[in-house]
Amino acid sequence: MSMGPMGAMRGGGVPPQKSKDLRATLHRLLERLRPERTKLAMAIGLGVTSVAFMVSGPEILGNATNVLFDGLIGARLKPGTTKAQAIAMLRREGHSQIASMIGGMKLTPGIGVNIDDLGLVLGLAALVYLLGAAFSYFQGFTMAGLTQRVMSGLRRDVEAKLSRLPLRYFDSHPHGDVLSRVTNDIDNLTTTIQQGLSQLLTSVLTIVGVMGMMFWISPLLAAVCIVTIPLAIVVTLFIARRSQVQFTAQWSQTGALNGLVEETHTGHELVQVFGRGEATIDEFGRQNKRLYDASFKAQFLSGIIQPSMQFIANINYVTIAVLGGYRVASGLLSLGAVTAFIQYSRQFTMPITQIASQMNMLQSGFASAERVFEFLDADEETPNLPALEAGPYTHGPGAVTLDHVFFSYEPDEPLIEDFTLDVAPGQTVAIVGPTGAGKTTIVNLLVRFYEINRGRILLNGVDYRELSRDEVRSAFAMVLQDTWMFAGTIHDNIAYGRPGASDAEVVDAAKAAHVDGFVRTLPEGYATVLDEDASNLSSGQKQLLTIARAFLANQSILILDEATSNVDTRTEVLIQEAMARLREGRTSFVIAHRLSTIREANTIIVMDHGKIVEQGSHATLMQNRGLYYSLYQSQFTEATT
Amino acid sequence: MLVRLLRRYLRPYRRQIAFLIVLLVAQTVGNLYLPNLNADIINNGVIKGNLHYILSTGEVMLAFTVVVSVCAVIAVYWASRVAMGAGADIREAVFTRVQAFSTRDMNKFGTASLITRNTNDIQQIQLFLQMALTMMVIAPIMCVGGIILAIHEGAQLSTLLLVAVPLMAIVIGTVMVKVIPQFRSMQVKIDRINEVLREQITGVRVIRAFVRNNSEAERFAVANADLTGTALRVNRVFALALPAMMMILNLSSVAVLWFGGRLVSEGSMPIGNLTAFLTYILQILLSVMMAVMVAILLPRAAASAERVEQVLDTVPVVADPEHPINPTLRSGLVSFEHVTFSYPGSERPVLEDLTFTLEPGQTSAIIGGTGSGKTTLLNLIPRFFDATSGAIVVNGVDVRDQRQETLWASIGLVPQAAYLFTGTVGSNLRFGRPDATDEQLWRALEIAQASDFVSAMSGMLEAPIDQGGTNVSGGQRQRLSIARALVKAPSVYLFDDCFSALDAATDARLRAALKSGTQDASVVIVAQRVSTIMHAERIIVLDDGRVVGMGSHNELLENCEPYHEIVVSQLGEDAAI
Repeated sequence: MSMGPMGAMRGGGVPPQKSKDLRATLHRLLERLRPERTKLAMAIGLGVTSVAFMVSGPEILGNATNVLFDGLIGARLKPGTTKAQAIAMLRREGHSQIASMIGGMKLTPGIGVNIDDLGLVLGLAALVYLLGAAFSYFQGFTMAGLTQRVMSGLRRDVEAKLSRLPLRYFDSHPHGDVLSRVTNDIDNLTTTIQQGLSQLLTSVLTIVGVMGMMFWISPLLAAVCIVTIPLAIVVTLFIARRSQVQFTAQWSQTGALNGLVEETHTGHELVQVFGRGEATIDEFGRQNKRLYDASFKAQFLSGIIQPSMQFIANINYVTIAVLGGYRVASGLLSLGAVTAFIQYSRQFTMPITQIASQMNMLQSGFASAERVFEFLDADEETPNLPALEAGPYTHGPGAVTLDHVFFSYEPDEPLIEDFTLDVAPGQTVAIVGPTGAGKTTIVNLLVRFYEINRGRILLNGVDYRELSRDEVRSAFAMVLQDTWMFAGTIHDNIAYGRPGASDAEVVDAAKAAHVDGFVRTLPEGYATVLDEDASNLSSGQKQLLTIARAFLANQSILILDEATSNVDTRTEVLIQEAMARLREGRTSFVIAHRLSTIREANTIIVMDHGKIVEQGSHATLMQNRGLYYSLYQSQFTEATT
Repeated sequence: MLVRLLRRYLRPYRRQIAFLIVLLVAQTVGNLYLPNLNADIINNGVIKGNLHYILSTGEVMLAFTVVVSVCAVIAVYWASRVAMGAGADIREAVFTRVQAFSTRDMNKFGTASLITRNTNDIQQIQLFLQMALTMMVIAPIMCVGGIILAIHEGAQLSTLLLVAVPLMAIVIGTVMVKVIPQFRSMQVKIDRINEVLREQITGVRVIRAFVRNNSEAERFAVANADLTGTALRVNRVFALALPAMMMILNLSSVAVLWFGGRLVSEGSMPIGNLTAFLTYILQILLSVMMAVMVAILLPRAAASAERVEQVLDTVPVVADPEHPINPTLRSGLVSFEHVTFSYPGSERPVLEDLTFTLEPGQTSAIIGGTGSGKTTLLNLIPRFFDATSGAIVVNGVDVRDQRQETLWASIGLVPQAAYLFTGTVGSNLRFGRPDATDEQLWRALEIAQASDFVSAMSGMLEAPIDQGGTNVSGGQRQRLSIARALVKAPSVYLFDDCFSALDAATDARLRAALKSGTQDASVVIVAQRVSTIMHAERIIVLDDGRVVGMGSHNELLENCEPYHEIVVSQLGEDAAI
């Protein structure tokens, strides 16, 4: 009965991992449950009540059996005699066994089954079962509400955390890892809490309740059953631990095999042309065999838990039947007690297996929780000065000054040292350098993705530190090489540049970016929905859309990456024109790839190996015969001669 | 579909399955017989006060218990063997089949879909098989056996089953019908949340640059509330399901005692049978629950089976000829003779009536706008696609008359998207020639302008490469991909716009070195950048699938208007003079 809410979805579960510090993680999880403590207490209360009703059911049913049995035996005895007389008579006739059994029964000789009594007892049983089910439903209902609220809150905190993390965090952690923490781990944790908490509660309560009932009915039989509990636990844990190892192996093998399939299919043509078809099939065969071995062992080991439990349960069953039979026959126990016992013994192997299977889930859930908490604990951006949060920044003409700026990503690797640059409104600064020279560093500092170590940057004469990050950023419009689009319509993606822009403004921006014509060829026009990677657009079209976005943003300062790759020649012309038009009348920082841009720039910053190596106008730098000169020679002269 | 697939892939295991069924039948019968023995203990032992009978029946019960458990363990063993084995077989069959696919077959399915079919879909089938091999056998036997024995214990009482079983089926069925669509919508909402978060991570720069944190937070809040609402509904239905099922089970027991009690008191049924009957009714209802659980997995497994079958049923459109001709000479001569190519179903051809020859020792370049058919042209040479009409002749033999492996052996391909495989730098370079020496690798790296960064990597040739080559930069990936083709030393090189991530200086150095590295081979370069191809001996200008110009840079500048346009747009007016 492990078909919990997510059972079908998990399909075998997430790769199990181990958490490092179980206690700390548990503590923090409980901390998150704290606001729900009244509800949680209520759920526990409802659970206890429900289990209490449920475990008293078999006992009541046992009484019904007794009523029947009493009537049955009573009817066989001579009417009109008392019970004591009847026993004495039986002993005389040599039925001492039956006589002693009757000694323990509540019967009146000659009177058959009392149907009214039977109806009364069974009515009570039905009531108890109905109440048990009702309370169990209330408990599940309450738990569902509280776990969903807690998880919803956790997701909200994680999202809020994302917006408070510095860019440094995203640049220094693989996106895949961050993503997996905020998605897979949260999902896994949700599943664990959702199913695990509620089921664990019921399982533990049921075991306690059933044990209590068994001792109440017959301490002797209970003692015999109790012996099998540790046995059941030991067997379960023994097998579970071994199957756990195999499941881990199965998951890592699945991962490896999926990786192989993925890369072979992705590089299909390469595999063919480079003649690797057979070698790949062989490798697949080997990995497939390893997966087969691991998954067989995992399935087998986890599969024998059930029969093992069944075995223990059956042993119990036989023991109760034989021992109980003896006791009933000797009048020390009622038949109803034995039938009740049989039901109890069946009821408690189930929660034990359930707890064992939940242990795996809990373990993996805790590991996920730990990764989520680690993420929530990451260092955040230094907060803006409190006074600055209020009051929107009034846009200035777009003057930027870098005043003796020092910056490095790593403390021991200085990159930008004592850099000073004065950019008047409307000027163009070109940033050039070979691939991987660190041209984006300047961009990172200008829009305050990273904080400088020393010196100051002024926007229209105001120190960055006296402005909030948002105020600084709202003075800039950006067109980056990374043409990020979100899943939404083309209209919304352009309108991203300025919230609340009218339809006409969006179309105007698209026209200015030379993308209006293309958009109109689409059947849905501006309402065309882009998927997450905007894979329905070419990279050139995406670039034009980001230019349109920048047009719409209409800020006084522009950051532009001219690099275009995989763009066909005609679109390239459009992009070039759109970028030139965008720069008109704006202060521009351009990561420049075009000769014309560079030549016309007021200042050229030359970067190499992450550092600024030269700075000046085209003429000055050509005279200096430094890196710029040689770059210029190798890149542009060849093309023009 | 599922049946067809399983019939084919379970056939090798039919003996094991037969054995498995015998075991499961034995196990179920044993489990069913235990309550019967218990009834005997009560009827003949307890009531009659026969202690000896109790003990001896107890021994029989114990024996049954042992047999049942042993059967169960062996059954699980074979069920796992068969399910996992058949899964592995299907996986291997799918993978092997895809290896023989041509590019058109690949495109028909899409790479992502093929990956899913080869992994998740088969996993679904495997999961189903594991369940089915045990539960699908046990549930019907237990249900039918339980009913027979229940009737045997008390025929009149068995009419209760007519109420309880349908009731159980209806409750479970209703829950499933209600919950499964909700489940799907919950999954969609989880995907939506993950999408929003993924966008926040990948788009962090744009979001912050445009100061849109608040609107992102709103988008997330909406998605979060949406998911929370659906998850709440699903979990509340589930909260109802389990108690409801337990209630049916328990109330059935109450009903058995009520109606059975009357029968017992009338003397038409022994009291021991009542306890047995109680156990049977529980087992019957449990088997109904099991059957429903398998039934839930069935539609998913069937859908997966269909997707797997589609792959297995696909016959590759490009196949080796029956009587292959082996080219006597591997000079690298490639000629196109009136080649026209159109995608099936499309009206306009992508390439139309192309005729030209690529000479060994020469570099030919192909330039043209997007959609002009450059990559398609390149793909015809290794026979990723077959020409619709006309012929492509490589080394003097029509590509359709050669064995594909023979043809591929003479080609070195550098695709547009540089793709590396998991392993090391060395294993990637040796991809086309496993026995290449380290010296040969370094020579290729030097030509590809990659020796500098490879020597800077820790481990150098042994430096690890992640799947797809994601742990090196785009430019480095392109250079390694070029070096990989160079190590193979083929007679025909196909460079598909693979210099785009290189800066102009590296691009220039690489092309200069390439000239000496590919001496006698035919080299074909497809490019967008004029500067990359302007020094080629021959430039072929494609426009809309037709050759609109062929010649050297200077010749084309003079007599080819489209080429002139491209040069002006990329290098400026003065470069075109």
